[in-house]
Amino acid sequence: MSVVRLADVTRTHGEGPAAVTALSGVNLAIEAGELVAVMGPSGSGKSTLLNLAGGLDTPTSGTVTVEDTDLATLTAKELAAIRRRHVGYVFQELNLIPSLSAVENVMLPRELDGDRSARARELAMEALGEVGLAHLADRFPEEISGGQRQRVAIARALVGERRLVLADEPTGALDSHTGDEILSLLRARCDAGATVLVVTHEPRYAAWADRVVFLRDGEVADATVPPAVNVR
Amino acid sequence: MSIRHGLLALLSPEPRYGYQLRTEFEASTGATWPLNIGQVYTTLSRMERDGLVSPGEEDDQGRVVYMITEAGRAEMERWFSTPVAQADRPRDELVIKLAMAVTAPGVDVGRVVQTQRTATMATLQELTRAKRSAAGGTAQRLVLDSKIFQAEAEQRWLDHCEAVLAANTEGAQS
Repeated sequence: MSVVRLADVTRTHGEGPAAVTALSGVNLAIEAGELVAVMGPSGSGKSTLLNLAGGLDTPTSGTVTVEDTDLATLTAKELAAIRRRHVGYVFQELNLIPSLSAVENVMLPRELDGDRSARARELAMEALGEVGLAHLADRFPEEISGGQRQRVAIARALVGERRLVLADEPTGALDSHTGDEILSLLRARCDAGATVLVVTHEPRYAAWADRVVFLRDGEVADATVPPAVNVR
Repeated sequence: MSIRHGLLALLSPEPRYGYQLRTEFEASTGATWPLNIGQVYTTLSRMERDGLVSPGEEDDQGRVVYMITEAGRAEMERWFSTPVAQADRPRDELVIKLAMAVTAPGVDVGRVVQTQRTATMATLQELTRAKRSAAGGTAQRLVLDSKIFQAEAEQRWLDHCEAVLAANTEGAQS
């Protein structure tokens, strides 16, 4: 079963002669445990693809399926619940709320989904442990490094039952060695069963993926073939 | 690195004399790869033997015009559609191929760039996997890093080629 699947997805902004096609006829299925990187120049549709996969945007035509649910069949409330429970986001920066500690940031999605505070903290500590930051749980974002902040954001993206991480240039503000550590962490989470879709313009980070998809002018121009050992 | 493929690309629009091929080859590749006239004629006679080019009549100065054959066109197309293997490669073949793809009419340069980009990315992925599983310590890791940076530089250069070509196309249209 694919964790996320885009089938013949087109996204057009506006109508008539002024219409701009951000994505056109895109097919992409990502399996559990897979790390997929999307590369392309600015304006190629990378961020649109990520927003559609996470249910933050809806396609003009085609279907987006997350964990076997066609997002178009959901009410706004149900869609919000899917996003809280199944999808985590990591952005380039400004991921964390500065007035909350690391563990409080990671607890947030669980609390919003109705977990009691003690249960949310337990899940958050588990997630922080998985990214190797349990010892920094009570620090505030400004008290930790940029690389550590991104690791906290990854913990938040994976807290509780969440298995799908959508990452938009997660290494953009980091030096190359710290960037490697972030990809190494995402890779390790995938090997433990998570699914990651990462948008990047950096070839060295894309190379951590099982599969690299190249977008050009809203279309999939090409993709690398996943290694045989990873075919499940 | 392939002289014969470069010559096929130069012969694809119209027949040429050997000395013209030499001049155009150097002009297209920015003299990164100087050829002597002997190499040109040796290559042409081997290509004639292989059925890739055919000679015309000798003119009054004893010069012969060469033209590309159907087999020659097929061979050129095969070259442009095949990525250069990263292993043991004469690195400049990609540069020559891009220069020739821009020079020869009717070649889908964007396709040549993308074919190479995908192949180079596959190499980069392989190197990254090797780096993850490398147990050989710092020296081995740095050697792998060196190859990773080379492949990365090539990806950046391909992105740059694409941007320059796109800008030129827009300039020509406006």
